[in-house]
Amino acid sequence: MKLSKLLATAAVALGLATTAMAQDKTKVGFVFVGPVGDGGWTYEHNQGRLAVEKEFGDKVETVFVESVPEGPDAERVMTQMALEGADLIFTTSFGYMDPTINVAQKFPNVKFEHATGYKRADNVSTYSARFYEGRAIQGHIAGKMTKSNIIGYIGSYPIPEVIRGINSAYIHAKKANPNVQFKIVWAYTWFDPAKEADAAKVLIEQGADIVLQHTDSTAPQAAAQAAGNVYTFGQASDMASFGPKPRISSIIDNWAPYYIARTKAVMDGTWTSVDTWDGIGAGMVGIGEISSEVPDDVKAEALALKDAIASGSYHPFTGPLKKQDGSDWLKDGETADDGTLAGMNFYVEGIEGDIPQ
Amino acid sequence: MDLSAINPVLLLASLLVAATPLLLAAIGETIVERAGVLNLGVEGMMITGAICGFAICVNTGSPVTGLVAAAIGGAALSLVFAFLTQVALANQVASGLALTLFGLGLSALLGQNYQGIKPPSFPRFDIPLLADIPVLGPILFRQDPVVYLALALTLATWAFLKFTRAGLILRAVGENHDAAHALGYKVIRIRTLAILFGGALAGMGGAYISLIRVPQWTEGMTAGIGWIALALVVFGAWKPLRVALGAFLFGGIEVVQLNLQAAGVAIPVEILAMSPYLITILVLVIMSADRSGAPASLGRSFHASH
Repeated sequence: MKLSKLLATAAVALGLATTAMAQDKTKVGFVFVGPVGDGGWTYEHNQGRLAVEKEFGDKVETVFVESVPEGPDAERVMTQMALEGADLIFTTSFGYMDPTINVAQKFPNVKFEHATGYKRADNVSTYSARFYEGRAIQGHIAGKMTKSNIIGYIGSYPIPEVIRGINSAYIHAKKANPNVQFKIVWAYTWFDPAKEADAAKVLIEQGADIVLQHTDSTAPQAAAQAAGNVYTFGQASDMASFGPKPRISSIIDNWAPYYIARTKAVMDGTWTSVDTWDGIGAGMVGIGEISSEVPDDVKAEALALKDAIASGSYHPFTGPLKKQDGSDWLKDGETADDGTLAGMNFYVEGIEGDIPQ
Repeated sequence: MDLSAINPVLLLASLLVAATPLLLAAIGETIVERAGVLNLGVEGMMITGAICGFAICVNTGSPVTGLVAAAIGGAALSLVFAFLTQVALANQVASGLALTLFGLGLSALLGQNYQGIKPPSFPRFDIPLLADIPVLGPILFRQDPVVYLALALTLATWAFLKFTRAGLILRAVGENHDAAHALGYKVIRIRTLAILFGGALAGMGGAYISLIRVPQWTEGMTAGIGWIALALVVFGAWKPLRVALGAFLFGGIEVVQLNLQAAGVAIPVEILAMSPYLITILVLVIMSADRSGAPASLGRSFHASH
């Protein structure tokens, strides 16, 4: 008991000392779920970090820890960052939600920003992007481009974020092509190139000629390329090196403006806990170039859809829509509210299979 | 549910592919452990092999050169381990763990400029005549050459340990290094060679992932396969053929579960994910009846004066 108390005091003292020393610079920490070189999700968050460094130069110091497992280890990493005097910490994966809240309680003066979660506190903001808007466009292109009418989908974890993406892609693929069928595989990982490649191969072997992914590495792109007549979409990052085929478009996460704005808020002392959820319109979600493999008319439709979503005149979840079990969800013309979307735990009508619990 | 969507021939063929990196690394580690050395650095050697192979393959345009480079890279890293544990007599567990951490960092450093690059593809090699056998042909004989190499190495290792004099000496060193030393065998030299062999195979296993199975370079891409390979050696009771069986089981379960999911079979993923470990426990229980356990000198440092 005594020893741990002593250690805790020492740690706090050390933390205070380093905070005092680093006062002239604003220190921003980033906790990443994969390596910064994953070419997808973490890569884009790191681009945001670099943009913060570029924007503020000497006035800011950034630190990051990559490949941090979701769970208790994340808590240790965040605690360490806070002790080392970070003023603002971005935790960039869904599974960091509870660790972020726990650590934030211990460090009321440190600001935390958790990506894609829904738990907030006085010093914890949440932020996410409306990836499902991009999924709608992917779904449309996929529905038009598939010849086998089977679209494969590599899910990471069955969380609302991913389910929302599947639903959005399915609704728009179905609109574009009524015969379309989704095959969904859960990889239970955000980043594991070998497993993601295996998942893509399995889907291709079972007839899918379009593979959508909600995992972070470019391995499914490589698998699709090896298979030949399969199309994919860049996920989180442009993955342009796989274009014009198999990658025919992409969803690009653009975190830089948000990271810069939030760092600025900490510097100015205007930071408050907020919930940000921006999409194509605000520029947080970008649609990568639609490649030459896509016929012009499909490309034009996709871009029109993008513009409609960006301007707010069209919402990807617009009724009439039913849930998978056939019960009514949205009436004709009704759009989904953010609360339902944030906690989405059901498939829409037409998708086969169950969401693993 | 639509089981007909699963093509059993394709399934078994991809099972073989999924098992190959595991098999290579585990066979290498089997030899290392039979010599009485516990090298926990398999993951580090694999990832180092993965980037060495990838870099050389991209630069030379030759997948075979890449594979050789991967073996050299893995062996070079294992040489560090050999020096620490055989010459400096450092603790093997700690050195092995350090090797893994070092390998992960080193590979990330070496791989800085290789992200997002596509390597030249490894040609599939259909064995003439045999490839035309129905069912068996597509599964066994229409693979890439490394799959054949891994299978051949497994058989060779088995024969080496069981039938050759050199294999007997290796086992003697692993069972009782003092007795082997008393008989005049060079314990340190033999162990170093075994460690190098293990490193080379782990390196090749890593390169199989970066050059063939994925194929691309991403940091940390081996994602724990080295640890499974280590477990497989225990699972296989330090016997090459049983280790191979384990590799197919562990590699296969992954492919099977993905296939079942894609076909819409409602088996909870958790059960499938758990099954290799359940089987491991079962095998361990059955094995405990069988007295041929771990090499007796496993993990113990040797010094002639002790």
